[in-house]
Amino acid sequence: MKSHNRYELSGGQRILRWLYVLTLIVMGFTGFGQMPIFKRYYIADIPGMAWAANFFLTHYIHYLGAIFLFALIAYVILGYILSGRKQFSLTASAYVRIALLGGIVVTGIFRVFKNLPDVVFFPGFTLFIDIAHLGFMMVYIFSALFFLIIKSGWVVRKSY
Amino acid sequence: MANEISRRLFIKGGLAAIGTVGASSLPLPATVRGATQGALATLIDIRKCIGCEACVEACQEVNEPKFPEPEKPFPKMYPSRVKVSDWSDERDVMDRLTPYNWLFIQEATVTVNGEEQTFTIPRRCMHCQNPPCADLCPWGAARKLKNGITRIDADICLGGSKCKAVCPWHIPERQTGVGLYMDILPAFAGNGVMYKCDRCYDRLEQGELPACIEVCPENVQKIGPRDEIIKEAHAIAKEINGHIYGEKENGGTNTIYVSPVPFEELNKAMEKGPGKPHMKPVEDSMAHADNLAKAMVIAPLAGAVAALGKFYKFTKNDNGSEESRK
Repeated sequence: MKSHNRYELSGGQRILRWLYVLTLIVMGFTGFGQMPIFKRYYIADIPGMAWAANFFLTHYIHYLGAIFLFALIAYVILGYILSGRKQFSLTASAYVRIALLGGIVVTGIFRVFKNLPDVVFFPGFTLFIDIAHLGFMMVYIFSALFFLIIKSGWVVRKSY
Repeated sequence: MANEISRRLFIKGGLAAIGTVGASSLPLPATVRGATQGALATLIDIRKCIGCEACVEACQEVNEPKFPEPEKPFPKMYPSRVKVSDWSDERDVMDRLTPYNWLFIQEATVTVNGEEQTFTIPRRCMHCQNPPCADLCPWGAARKLKNGITRIDADICLGGSKCKAVCPWHIPERQTGVGLYMDILPAFAGNGVMYKCDRCYDRLEQGELPACIEVCPENVQKIGPRDEIIKEAHAIAKEINGHIYGEKENGGTNTIYVSPVPFEELNKAMEKGPGKPHMKPVEDSMAHADNLAKAMVIAPLAGAVAALGKFYKFTKNDNGSEESRK
């Protein structure tokens, strides 16, 4: 019978985790910055934060974050398929996070696609994509906090 | 001054009447109607414009049903730095862009061959090919249409004015006290609706010309498939040794101006400011996003290659250890 144990992350895995968390924080912040709220609510008035009200800059950083996130996700998925799944299994909370992250990524891809020249979506779809992208991110933030509180990680070591 | 105004009014009234009678219910040219898939562009030959403002009046008349009817008093907005934008008591303003005036005539007096000459230039939204207002609208309210129009949907716009901030010409204008934000959190989010030229999208759908083009007594503007408009603009520019604005600006727009004098000179000579856009050269403001979008395709491949490299190294080391154990 299979039982699950928490395990200590290796040094490389710790770095990956922090890169992932940091990327999501930057993506979240610059994503919210796409709404005209940072100037209205004084965020851009904080010394050193004037850049947060520059829509082109936050958009640029958001895209850079997406590039890094895509590379990171591909690295982790392939790494898990090639070697990780023999030793580890995904937790229930990991499946929830994967589903939400998938929602964020897919809606984000559509949003990037919409911004290309000569690409025109029908109106309702753009609105849906925008709201869904924001919605997935909001739910992800709350679930990540919840999983942090209950100390539920992404994987557990398999033991037989 | 009084004479000037009365003469201007006379010319304006007379020519507008002739233009309206002559062009009433003018259908969209067959070439335009046939171009259902491609972008349409307008050609504005500023040599022909006499500044009669017939186009401005026609724009106001035709688009009046779309103009905002704000609820007053406006809801208090927080924090106090959020300013009300109210043009509802100044609907007659015609010398700049407002939520009630989507097209105005800009003047530029320049010296041509030693003589002072005043050019009158119809100004409105440029309808960019890759419009930052539509790309960066966080709500999908501003959007581009297949026929080259960029329009703002007044039913869903929240009036955050981001479209105005990212527009290289700062075209959209806000009216407070109207729109969806009034039904959500009027005190804390949104501030009305943004308005600008929608190039009479509804008239185009009916096979009619935009109002400003239809009434112009001097045929200053024409509309057609963009490639044909560009060709014609270049032909005119070649013929008069003139200049083009809008073909390359912001990566390309669907409003092409042709002028006998450089736009740099016109830009210097014209009054600019809120509601009065410039005519400076404009870099493609979405170019960075388009380039990064290409990098997004490569990014997962890079991640996958890194993972494969690590797996190969791991396997090699593992085999090496096994060999040494034997």
